[in-house]
Amino acid sequence: MNAVATSPSMQGFLRRDGRKGIRNVVAVAYLVECAHHVSRLIVQKSGSDDVHLIGFPGCYPNKYSLEMMQRLCTHPNVGAVLLVSLGCEGFNREQLRRTIAASGRPVDLLVIQQSGGTTRTLNAGLDIVRKMRAELARQTPVPMAFDELIVGTVCGGSDGTSGITANPAVGRCFDWLIEKGSACIFEETGELIGCERIMASRAITPELGREIEACVDKAANYYRIMGYGSFAPGNAEGGLTTLEEKSMGAYSKSGSSPISGLIKPGDIPPRGGLYLLDVVPDGEPRFGFPNISDNAEIVELIACGSHLILFTTGRGSVVGSAISPVIKVCANPDTYDRMADDMDVNAGRILRGAELDDVGREIFELVQSVARGALSKSEALGHQEFILTYKQFEPIGPACLPAA
Amino acid sequence: MTTLDKGKLPPLLLLHPDDNILVARRDIALGELVEMDGETFNMPVAIELGHKLARRALAPDTRVLKYGAPIGSMKIAVARGEHVHLHNLRSDYLPSTSRDMEKKTDGH
Repeated sequence: MNAVATSPSMQGFLRRDGRKGIRNVVAVAYLVECAHHVSRLIVQKSGSDDVHLIGFPGCYPNKYSLEMMQRLCTHPNVGAVLLVSLGCEGFNREQLRRTIAASGRPVDLLVIQQSGGTTRTLNAGLDIVRKMRAELARQTPVPMAFDELIVGTVCGGSDGTSGITANPAVGRCFDWLIEKGSACIFEETGELIGCERIMASRAITPELGREIEACVDKAANYYRIMGYGSFAPGNAEGGLTTLEEKSMGAYSKSGSSPISGLIKPGDIPPRGGLYLLDVVPDGEPRFGFPNISDNAEIVELIACGSHLILFTTGRGSVVGSAISPVIKVCANPDTYDRMADDMDVNAGRILRGAELDDVGREIFELVQSVARGALSKSEALGHQEFILTYKQFEPIGPACLPAA
Repeated sequence: MTTLDKGKLPPLLLLHPDDNILVARRDIALGELVEMDGETFNMPVAIELGHKLARRALAPDTRVLKYGAPIGSMKIAVARGEHVHLHNLRSDYLPSTSRDMEKKTDGH
Protein backbone atom coordinates (compact mmCIF):
# COMPACT_ATOMS: atom_id res chain seq x y z
CA MET A 1 0.00 0.00 0.00
CA ASN A 2 3.04 2.27 -0.35
CA ALA A 3 1.72 4.02 -3.44
CA VAL A 4 -1.10 5.41 -1.36
CA ALA A 5 1.16 7.40 0.96
CA THR A 6 2.07 9.76 -1.88
CA SER A 7 -1.54 10.34 -3.04
CA PRO A 8 -2.93 13.81 -2.42
CA SER A 9 -5.09 14.03 0.68
CA MET A 10 -8.81 13.53 0.74
CA GLN A 11 -10.67 16.74 1.46
CA GLY A 12 -13.82 17.73 3.26
CA PHE A 13 -15.94 20.68 4.36
CA LEU A 14 -15.53 21.14 8.10
CA ARG A 15 -18.83 21.22 10.06
CA ARG A 16 -19.47 22.64 13.50
CA ASP A 17 -19.62 19.14 15.07
CA GLY A 18 -16.07 18.46 13.84
CA ARG A 19 -17.10 16.06 11.08
CA LYS A 20 -16.10 16.74 7.48
CA GLY A 21 -18.20 16.31 4.35
CA ILE A 22 -16.83 15.24 0.97
CA ARG A 23 -19.70 17.05 -0.76
CA ASN A 24 -21.45 20.35 -0.06
CA VAL A 25 -25.04 19.62 -0.97
CA VAL A 26 -28.15 21.75 -0.55
CA ALA A 27 -30.87 19.32 0.51
CA VAL A 28 -34.48 20.14 -0.35
CA ALA A 29 -36.62 18.01 1.95
CA TYR A 30 -40.36 17.41 1.59
CA LEU A 31 -42.03 16.52 4.88
CA VAL A 32 -45.02 14.69 3.38
CA GLU A 33 -45.78 13.29 -0.08
CA CYS A 34 -48.12 16.26 -0.67
CA ALA A 35 -45.03 18.52 -0.75
CA HIS A 36 -42.99 16.19 -2.97
CA HIS A 37 -43.81 17.70 -6.35
CA VAL A 38 -43.14 21.27 -5.31
CA SER A 39 -39.83 20.17 -3.76
CA ARG A 40 -38.88 18.26 -6.90
CA LEU A 41 -39.61 21.33 -9.03
CA ILE A 42 -37.34 23.43 -6.83
CA VAL A 43 -34.53 20.87 -7.25
CA GLN A 44 -35.01 20.52 -11.01
CA LYS A 45 -35.33 24.22 -11.71
CA SER A 46 -32.33 25.06 -9.53
CA GLY A 47 -30.32 23.65 -12.43
CA SER A 48 -27.61 22.34 -10.10
CA ASP A 49 -26.46 18.77 -9.48
CA ASP A 50 -25.53 19.86 -5.96
CA VAL A 51 -29.16 20.40 -4.97
CA HIS A 52 -30.59 17.06 -3.83
CA LEU A 53 -34.15 15.94 -3.15
CA ILE A 54 -34.87 13.99 0.02
CA GLY A 55 -38.01 13.58 2.10
CA PHE A 56 -40.52 11.49 3.95
CA PRO A 57 -43.89 10.65 2.39
CA GLY A 58 -46.04 9.78 5.42
CA CYS A 59 -48.59 12.07 7.07
CA TYR A 60 -48.47 10.24 10.43
CA PRO A 61 -45.67 11.08 12.85
CA ASN A 62 -42.99 8.43 13.44
CA LYS A 63 -39.99 8.63 15.78
CA TYR A 64 -37.70 6.73 13.40
CA SER A 65 -38.39 8.94 10.40
CA LEU A 66 -37.90 12.13 12.42
CA GLU A 67 -34.56 10.84 13.73
CA MET A 68 -33.52 9.74 10.25
CA MET A 69 -34.37 13.15 8.77
CA GLN A 70 -32.42 14.88 11.56
CA ARG A 71 -29.38 12.69 10.87
CA LEU A 72 -29.65 13.13 7.11
CA CYS A 73 -30.12 16.91 7.23
CA THR A 74 -27.07 17.25 9.50
CA HIS A 75 -24.96 14.76 7.52
CA PRO A 76 -21.48 16.18 6.86
CA ASN A 77 -22.06 16.06 3.08
CA VAL A 78 -25.02 18.44 3.52
CA GLY A 79 -24.23 22.15 3.70
CA ALA A 80 -27.71 23.69 3.87
CA VAL A 81 -31.33 22.54 3.99
CA LEU A 82 -34.64 23.84 2.68
CA LEU A 83 -37.64 22.14 4.31
CA VAL A 84 -40.91 22.04 2.37
CA SER A 85 -44.11 21.31 4.28
CA LEU A 86 -47.67 21.22 3.01
CA GLY A 87 -48.84 22.50 6.35
CA CYS A 88 -51.18 19.98 7.90
CA GLU A 89 -48.97 16.85 8.08
CA GLY A 90 -47.89 15.26 11.34
CA PHE A 91 -44.14 15.62 10.79
CA ASN A 92 -42.44 17.59 13.57
CA ARG A 93 -40.98 20.21 11.23
CA GLU A 94 -40.06 22.65 14.01
CA GLN A 95 -37.90 20.09 15.80
CA LEU A 96 -36.19 19.21 12.52
CA ARG A 97 -35.60 22.88 11.77
CA ARG A 98 -34.17 23.51 15.27
CA THR A 99 -31.82 20.51 14.96
CA ILE A 100 -30.48 21.75 11.61
CA ALA A 101 -30.09 25.33 12.86
CA ALA A 102 -28.24 24.09 15.97
CA SER A 103 -25.78 22.28 13.67
CA GLY A 104 -24.73 25.66 12.23
CA ARG A 105 -26.22 25.05 8.79
CA PRO A 106 -28.34 27.53 6.89
CA VAL A 107 -31.94 26.23 7.05
CA ASP A 108 -35.26 27.58 5.85
CA LEU A 109 -38.82 26.32 5.90
CA LEU A 110 -41.57 26.85 3.34
CA VAL A 111 -45.14 25.86 4.18
CA ILE A 112 -47.07 25.54 0.94
CA GLN A 113 -50.44 26.40 2.49
CA GLN A 114 -48.97 29.63 3.89
CA SER A 115 -46.80 30.49 0.88
CA GLY A 116 -49.82 30.49 -1.42
CA GLY A 117 -49.56 27.27 -3.41
CA THR A 118 -47.28 25.62 -5.94
CA THR A 119 -45.95 28.50 -7.98
CA ARG A 120 -45.34 30.92 -5.11
CA THR A 121 -43.61 28.21 -3.06
CA LEU A 122 -41.50 27.22 -6.06
CA ASN A 123 -40.37 30.78 -6.66
CA ALA A 124 -39.62 31.36 -2.99
CA GLY A 125 -37.76 28.03 -2.85
CA LEU A 126 -35.61 28.85 -5.89
CA ASP A 127 -34.67 32.15 -4.31
CA ILE A 128 -33.70 30.48 -1.02
CA VAL A 129 -31.69 27.75 -2.76
CA ARG A 130 -29.83 30.32 -4.84
CA LYS A 131 -28.78 32.19 -1.69
CA MET A 132 -27.80 28.96 0.07
CA ARG A 133 -25.64 27.91 -2.88
CA ALA A 134 -23.91 31.27 -2.94
CA GLU A 135 -23.15 30.91 0.75
CA LEU A 136 -21.82 27.34 0.34
CA ALA A 137 -19.66 28.41 -2.62
CA ARG A 138 -17.66 30.57 -0.20
CA GLN A 139 -16.64 27.54 1.90
CA THR A 140 -13.33 25.89 1.11
CA PRO A 141 -12.52 22.27 1.81
CA VAL A 142 -9.74 21.26 4.19
CA PRO A 143 -7.58 18.11 4.24
CA MET A 144 -9.38 15.05 5.54
CA ALA A 145 -7.75 11.99 7.12
CA PHE A 146 -8.76 8.33 6.94
CA ASP A 147 -9.90 8.37 10.55
CA GLU A 148 -12.49 11.01 9.60
CA LEU A 149 -13.99 8.86 6.86
CA ILE A 150 -17.00 6.55 7.13
CA VAL A 151 -17.73 4.13 4.27
CA GLY A 152 -20.82 1.95 3.94
CA THR A 153 -21.36 -1.06 1.71
CA VAL A 154 -24.50 -2.58 0.26
CA CYS A 155 -25.20 -5.19 -2.39
CA GLY A 156 -28.04 -5.12 -4.90
CA GLY A 157 -28.92 -7.51 -7.68
CA SER A 158 -26.59 -10.17 -6.32
CA ASP A 159 -25.83 -13.25 -8.37
CA GLY A 160 -23.54 -16.27 -8.28
CA THR A 161 -20.51 -14.08 -9.01
CA SER A 162 -21.06 -11.49 -6.23
CA GLY A 163 -19.60 -13.59 -3.43
CA ILE A 164 -16.54 -14.55 -5.49
CA THR A 165 -15.48 -11.21 -6.97
CA ALA A 166 -16.99 -7.85 -5.95
CA ASN A 167 -17.89 -8.67 -2.35
CA PRO A 168 -14.51 -10.07 -1.25
CA ALA A 169 -12.81 -7.22 -3.16
CA VAL A 170 -14.80 -4.68 -1.13
CA GLY A 171 -13.82 -6.73 1.93
CA ARG A 172 -10.13 -6.17 1.11
CA CYS A 173 -10.75 -2.45 0.69
CA PHE A 174 -12.56 -2.41 4.06
CA ASP A 175 -9.61 -4.14 5.74
CA TRP A 176 -7.21 -1.48 4.41
CA LEU A 177 -9.51 1.43 5.31
CA ILE A 178 -9.96 0.10 8.85
CA GLU A 179 -6.20 -0.38 9.19
CA LYS A 180 -5.87 3.35 8.44
CA GLY A 181 -8.51 4.32 10.99
CA SER A 182 -11.73 4.62 8.96
CA ALA A 183 -15.09 3.34 10.13
CA CYS A 184 -16.69 0.85 7.73
CA ILE A 185 -20.31 -0.31 7.91
CA PHE A 186 -21.87 -3.43 6.41
CA GLU A 187 -25.50 -4.29 6.79
CA GLU A 188 -28.71 -6.13 6.08
CA THR A 189 -28.89 -8.67 8.86
CA GLY A 190 -31.71 -10.34 6.88
CA GLU A 191 -29.10 -11.06 4.21
CA LEU A 192 -26.67 -12.43 6.79
CA ILE A 193 -28.96 -15.23 7.95
CA GLY A 194 -26.76 -18.31 8.16
CA CYS A 195 -23.61 -16.29 8.99
CA GLU A 196 -24.54 -15.40 12.56
CA ARG A 197 -22.13 -17.75 14.32
CA ILE A 198 -19.14 -16.87 12.14
CA MET A 199 -19.91 -13.17 12.64
CA ALA A 200 -20.31 -13.55 16.39
CA SER A 201 -16.88 -15.18 16.57
CA ARG A 202 -15.36 -12.00 15.04
CA ALA A 203 -16.93 -9.67 17.63
CA ILE A 204 -14.47 -7.84 19.88
CA THR A 205 -16.34 -9.01 23.00
CA PRO A 206 -18.45 -12.14 23.72
CA GLU A 207 -21.32 -9.84 24.75
CA LEU A 208 -21.26 -8.16 21.33
CA GLY A 209 -21.16 -11.63 19.74
CA ARG A 210 -24.36 -12.56 21.56
CA GLU A 211 -26.01 -9.31 20.46
CA ILE A 212 -25.08 -10.09 16.84
CA GLU A 213 -26.55 -13.60 17.02
CA ALA A 214 -29.73 -12.25 18.60
CA CYS A 215 -30.04 -9.58 15.92
CA VAL A 216 -29.79 -12.14 13.09
CA ASP A 217 -32.39 -14.31 14.90
CA LYS A 218 -34.63 -11.25 14.98
CA ALA A 219 -34.15 -10.78 11.24
CA ALA A 220 -34.92 -14.44 10.48
CA ASN A 221 -38.08 -14.25 12.56
CA TYR A 222 -39.14 -10.98 10.94
CA TYR A 223 -38.68 -12.27 7.40
CA ARG A 224 -40.43 -15.53 8.27
CA ILE A 225 -43.51 -13.53 9.25
CA MET A 226 -43.21 -11.49 6.04
CA GLY A 227 -43.31 -14.79 4.12
CA TYR A 228 -40.27 -14.00 1.99
CA GLY A 229 -36.57 -13.94 2.68
CA SER A 230 -34.52 -11.13 1.16
CA PHE A 231 -34.17 -13.04 -2.07
CA ALA A 232 -35.35 -11.70 -5.44
CA PRO A 233 -36.07 -13.65 -8.65
CA GLY A 234 -32.98 -12.15 -10.27
CA ASN A 235 -30.80 -13.65 -7.53
CA ALA A 236 -31.97 -17.13 -8.62
CA GLU A 237 -31.59 -16.38 -12.33
CA GLY A 238 -28.01 -15.41 -11.57
CA GLY A 239 -27.26 -18.76 -9.96
CA LEU A 240 -28.03 -18.19 -6.28
CA THR A 241 -30.34 -20.82 -4.84
CA THR A 242 -30.86 -20.14 -1.14
CA LEU A 243 -30.89 -17.22 1.24
CA GLU A 244 -27.95 -18.60 3.21
CA GLU A 245 -25.96 -18.92 -0.01
CA LYS A 246 -26.69 -15.28 -0.81
CA SER A 247 -25.77 -14.46 2.80
CA MET A 248 -22.37 -16.12 2.62
CA GLY A 249 -21.60 -14.12 -0.52
CA ALA A 250 -22.84 -10.86 1.00
CA TYR A 251 -20.93 -11.52 4.20
CA SER A 252 -17.59 -11.41 2.39
CA LYS A 253 -18.06 -7.64 1.92
CA SER A 254 -17.17 -7.30 5.59
CA GLY A 255 -13.55 -8.35 5.01
CA SER A 256 -11.62 -9.90 7.86
CA SER A 257 -11.37 -7.17 10.54
CA PRO A 258 -12.81 -7.76 14.00
CA ILE A 259 -16.39 -6.48 14.39
CA SER A 260 -16.26 -3.46 16.71
CA GLY A 261 -19.95 -2.69 17.08
CA LEU A 262 -23.58 -3.32 16.20
CA ILE A 263 -25.46 -0.13 15.30
CA LYS A 264 -28.96 0.81 14.19
CA PRO A 265 -30.03 3.37 11.56
CA GLY A 266 -28.91 6.85 12.66
CA ASP A 267 -26.21 5.60 15.07
CA ILE A 268 -22.84 7.06 14.08
CA PRO A 269 -19.77 4.87 14.71
CA PRO A 270 -17.89 6.50 17.61
CA ARG A 271 -14.48 5.65 16.11
CA GLY A 272 -12.82 3.63 13.38
CA GLY A 273 -13.41 -0.08 12.93
CA LEU A 274 -15.94 -2.44 11.38
CA TYR A 275 -19.62 -2.04 12.30
CA LEU A 276 -22.66 -4.15 11.51
CA LEU A 277 -25.82 -2.14 10.85
CA ASP A 278 -29.03 -3.78 12.07
CA VAL A 279 -31.73 -2.61 9.68
CA VAL A 280 -34.55 -4.91 10.84
CA PRO A 281 -37.16 -3.13 13.00
CA ASP A 282 -37.67 -4.10 16.64
CA GLY A 283 -40.90 -5.49 18.02
CA GLU A 284 -43.73 -7.12 16.12
CA PRO A 285 -43.64 -6.46 12.35
CA ARG A 286 -45.73 -3.34 11.88
CA PHE A 287 -44.86 -1.42 8.72
CA GLY A 288 -43.99 -4.20 6.26
CA PHE A 289 -40.66 -5.32 4.82
CA PRO A 290 -37.56 -4.00 6.61
CA ASN A 291 -36.16 -2.40 3.46
CA ILE A 292 -38.37 -2.30 0.41
CA SER A 293 -35.48 -1.69 -2.02
CA ASP A 294 -31.72 -1.11 -2.10
CA ASN A 295 -31.99 2.67 -1.70
CA ALA A 296 -33.72 2.28 1.67
CA GLU A 297 -30.56 0.53 2.90
CA ILE A 298 -28.33 3.18 1.34
CA VAL A 299 -30.29 5.95 3.12
CA GLU A 300 -29.81 4.16 6.45
CA LEU A 301 -26.06 3.79 5.83
CA ILE A 302 -25.93 7.53 5.08
CA ALA A 303 -27.91 8.32 8.26
CA CYS A 304 -25.10 6.49 10.11
CA GLY A 305 -22.66 9.03 8.67
CA SER A 306 -21.40 7.20 5.57
CA HIS A 307 -19.61 9.65 3.31
CA LEU A 308 -19.79 7.27 0.40
CA ILE A 309 -21.25 3.89 -0.43
CA LEU A 310 -19.62 0.89 -2.10
CA PHE A 311 -22.44 -0.84 -3.99
CA THR A 312 -21.71 -4.31 -5.34
CA THR A 313 -23.92 -5.75 -8.05
CA GLY A 314 -23.97 -8.91 -10.14
CA ARG A 315 -27.16 -8.51 -12.19
CA GLY A 316 -26.47 -4.81 -12.71
CA SER A 317 -27.95 -1.98 -10.66
CA VAL A 318 -27.81 1.61 -11.88
CA VAL A 319 -28.85 3.49 -8.73
CA GLY A 320 -26.99 6.26 -6.95
CA SER A 321 -28.16 8.29 -4.01
CA ALA A 322 -28.90 11.73 -2.72
CA ILE A 323 -26.32 13.11 -0.22
CA SER A 324 -23.52 10.52 -0.53
CA PRO A 325 -21.81 9.27 -3.71
CA VAL A 326 -22.34 5.64 -4.67
CA ILE A 327 -19.44 3.71 -6.21
CA LYS A 328 -20.60 0.75 -8.28
CA VAL A 329 -18.50 -2.43 -8.10
CA CYS A 330 -19.67 -4.90 -10.74
CA ALA A 331 -19.23 -8.57 -9.83
CA ASN A 332 -20.20 -10.17 -13.12
CA PRO A 333 -17.93 -9.67 -16.16
CA ASP A 334 -20.80 -10.20 -18.64
CA THR A 335 -22.90 -7.58 -16.83
CA TYR A 336 -19.94 -5.21 -16.88
CA ASP A 337 -19.59 -5.62 -20.64
CA ARG A 338 -23.30 -4.77 -21.03
CA MET A 339 -23.48 -1.88 -18.53
CA ALA A 340 -19.94 -0.47 -18.34
CA ASP A 341 -21.20 3.15 -18.42
CA ASP A 342 -22.84 2.62 -15.03
CA MET A 343 -20.01 0.70 -13.38
CA ASP A 344 -17.00 2.21 -11.61
CA VAL A 345 -15.09 -1.03 -11.07
CA ASN A 346 -15.04 -4.28 -13.07
CA ALA A 347 -14.52 -6.83 -10.29
CA GLY A 348 -15.79 -9.55 -12.64
CA ARG A 349 -12.37 -9.58 -14.25
CA ILE A 350 -11.32 -11.75 -11.30
CA LEU A 351 -13.21 -14.58 -13.03
CA ARG A 352 -11.06 -13.97 -16.11
CA GLY A 353 -7.80 -14.19 -14.17
CA ALA A 354 -7.30 -10.84 -12.36
CA GLU A 355 -6.12 -10.81 -8.75
CA LEU A 356 -8.55 -10.06 -5.92
CA ASP A 357 -6.01 -7.76 -4.25
CA ASP A 358 -5.61 -5.69 -7.42
CA VAL A 359 -9.36 -5.11 -7.63
CA GLY A 360 -9.46 -4.36 -3.90
CA ARG A 361 -6.71 -1.78 -4.38
CA GLU A 362 -8.57 -0.17 -7.29
CA ILE A 363 -11.62 0.26 -5.03
CA PHE A 364 -9.44 1.61 -2.20
CA GLU A 365 -7.93 4.21 -4.51
CA LEU A 366 -11.29 5.12 -6.00
CA VAL A 367 -12.68 5.75 -2.50
CA GLN A 368 -9.93 8.33 -2.02
CA SER A 369 -10.39 9.98 -5.39
CA VAL A 370 -14.18 10.29 -4.88
CA ALA A 371 -13.38 11.69 -1.41
CA ARG A 372 -11.21 14.30 -3.18
CA GLY A 373 -14.19 15.34 -5.27
CA ALA A 374 -14.10 13.10 -8.36
CA LEU A 375 -17.60 12.07 -9.44
CA SER A 376 -18.62 8.42 -9.34
CA LYS A 377 -20.40 7.05 -12.43
CA SER A 378 -23.85 7.19 -10.84
CA GLU A 379 -23.23 10.77 -9.68
CA ALA A 380 -22.13 11.87 -13.15
CA LEU A 381 -25.27 10.25 -14.60
CA GLY A 382 -27.43 12.26 -12.20
CA HIS A 383 -28.65 9.37 -10.04
CA GLN A 384 -29.92 10.79 -6.75
CA GLU A 385 -32.44 8.17 -5.62
CA PHE A 386 -33.88 8.46 -2.15
CA ILE A 387 -36.48 6.52 -0.18
CA LEU A 388 -37.50 6.64 3.48
CA THR A 389 -40.46 4.84 4.99
CA TYR A 390 -41.92 3.94 8.40
CA LYS A 391 -40.01 1.80 10.90
CA GLN A 392 -39.57 1.44 14.63
CA PHE A 393 -36.44 0.71 16.65
CA GLU A 394 -35.40 0.40 20.27
CA PRO A 395 -32.06 2.02 21.18
CA ILE A 396 -28.96 -0.22 20.95
CA GLY A 397 -27.86 -2.05 24.10
CA PRO A 398 -24.72 -1.23 26.15
CA ALA A 399 -22.76 -4.18 24.71
CA CYS A 400 -23.16 -2.94 21.12
CA LEU A 401 -20.48 -0.23 20.99
CA PRO A 402 -16.76 -0.45 21.76
CA ALA A 403 -15.83 0.78 25.27
CA ALA A 404 -14.57 4.36 25.45
CA MET B 1 -16.06 -27.02 -28.33
CA THR B 2 -15.31 -30.64 -27.61
CA THR B 3 -11.65 -30.55 -26.74
CA LEU B 4 -10.25 -29.60 -23.37
CA ASP B 5 -8.39 -26.31 -23.66
CA LYS B 6 -5.70 -26.55 -20.99
CA GLY B 7 -4.19 -23.14 -21.82
CA LYS B 8 -7.21 -21.22 -20.53
CA LEU B 9 -8.59 -20.66 -17.07
CA PRO B 10 -10.50 -23.72 -15.86
CA PRO B 11 -14.26 -23.04 -16.32
CA LEU B 12 -15.16 -24.55 -12.93
CA LEU B 13 -14.16 -22.95 -9.64
CA LEU B 14 -13.68 -24.82 -6.38
CA LEU B 15 -14.17 -22.13 -3.73
CA HIS B 16 -13.20 -24.23 -0.70
CA PRO B 17 -11.66 -27.71 -0.40
CA ASP B 18 -14.65 -28.98 1.62
CA ASP B 19 -17.20 -27.90 -1.00
CA ASN B 20 -19.35 -30.49 -2.75
CA ILE B 21 -20.33 -28.05 -5.51
CA LEU B 22 -18.35 -26.13 -8.12
CA VAL B 23 -19.18 -22.72 -9.62
CA ALA B 24 -19.15 -21.89 -13.34
CA ARG B 25 -16.61 -19.19 -14.11
CA ARG B 26 -18.33 -18.60 -17.48
CA ASP B 27 -21.23 -20.07 -19.46
CA ILE B 28 -20.46 -23.76 -20.12
CA ALA B 29 -22.11 -25.66 -22.99
CA LEU B 30 -23.74 -29.08 -22.92
CA GLY B 31 -21.17 -31.70 -23.90
CA GLU B 32 -18.22 -29.38 -23.25
CA LEU B 33 -15.22 -31.14 -21.75
CA VAL B 34 -14.24 -29.60 -18.45
CA GLU B 35 -11.77 -30.48 -15.77
CA MET B 36 -13.21 -31.59 -12.44
CA ASP B 37 -10.84 -32.65 -9.65
CA GLY B 38 -8.12 -33.52 -12.12
CA GLU B 39 -10.38 -35.56 -14.41
CA THR B 40 -11.86 -34.60 -17.74
CA PHE B 41 -15.63 -34.56 -17.50
CA ASN B 42 -18.29 -34.33 -20.21
CA MET B 43 -20.89 -31.74 -19.16
CA PRO B 44 -24.31 -33.43 -18.90
CA VAL B 45 -26.09 -30.03 -18.92
CA ALA B 46 -25.41 -26.44 -20.00
CA ILE B 47 -24.59 -24.13 -17.10
CA GLU B 48 -24.55 -20.34 -16.93
CA LEU B 49 -21.93 -18.14 -15.30
CA GLY B 50 -22.31 -18.10 -11.51
CA HIS B 51 -24.39 -21.28 -11.33
CA LYS B 52 -23.42 -24.42 -9.40
CA LEU B 53 -22.96 -28.06 -10.29
CA ALA B 54 -22.46 -31.17 -8.17
CA ARG B 55 -18.81 -32.03 -7.57
CA ARG B 56 -19.89 -35.56 -6.66
CA ALA B 57 -23.16 -37.54 -6.50
CA LEU B 58 -25.34 -36.01 -3.77
CA ALA B 59 -28.01 -37.96 -1.85
CA PRO B 60 -31.27 -36.40 -0.59
CA ASP B 61 -30.77 -34.30 2.59
CA THR B 62 -27.04 -33.88 1.93
CA ARG B 63 -25.80 -30.55 3.28
CA VAL B 64 -24.48 -28.56 0.33
CA LEU B 65 -21.24 -26.71 1.09
CA LYS B 66 -20.08 -23.55 -0.72
CA TYR B 67 -17.23 -21.34 0.61
CA GLY B 68 -16.90 -24.29 3.05
CA ALA B 69 -20.22 -23.29 4.65
CA PRO B 70 -23.66 -24.92 4.42
CA ILE B 71 -25.99 -23.23 1.94
CA GLY B 72 -28.95 -25.67 2.17
CA SER B 73 -29.86 -29.35 1.75
CA MET B 74 -30.58 -31.51 -1.28
CA LYS B 75 -34.28 -32.18 -1.92
CA ILE B 76 -33.54 -35.10 -4.27
CA ALA B 77 -30.53 -37.11 -5.40
CA VAL B 78 -28.33 -35.71 -8.18
CA ALA B 79 -25.50 -37.23 -10.19
CA ARG B 80 -22.03 -35.75 -10.47
CA GLY B 81 -21.95 -32.77 -12.82
CA GLU B 82 -25.68 -31.99 -12.53
CA HIS B 83 -26.92 -28.42 -12.14
CA VAL B 84 -27.62 -27.70 -8.45
CA HIS B 85 -30.34 -25.07 -8.10
CA LEU B 86 -33.93 -24.33 -6.99
CA HIS B 87 -35.26 -27.62 -8.41
CA ASN B 88 -33.11 -29.81 -6.18
CA LEU B 89 -31.65 -27.65 -3.36
CA ARG B 90 -33.66 -26.08 -0.50
CA SER B 91 -32.81 -23.51 2.11
CA ASP B 92 -32.41 -24.65 5.71
CA TYR B 93 -33.69 -21.21 6.76
CA LEU B 94 -36.25 -19.46 4.56
CA PRO B 95 -37.77 -20.48 1.21
CA SER B 96 -36.59 -18.73 -1.98
CA THR B 97 -38.82 -17.21 -4.63
CA SER B 98 -38.51 -17.16 -8.40
CA ARG B 99 -40.27 -15.02 -10.98
CA ASP B 100 -42.61 -17.69 -12.41
CA MET B 101 -43.96 -18.67 -9.04
CA GLU B 102 -45.33 -16.13 -6.62
CA LYS B 103 -45.11 -18.88 -4.06
CA LYS B 104 -42.46 -20.77 -2.18
CA THR B 105 -40.23 -23.10 -4.11
CA ASP B 106 -39.84 -25.70 -1.41
CA GLY B 107 -41.60 -27.48 1.37
CA HIS B 108 -40.99 -25.05 4.25
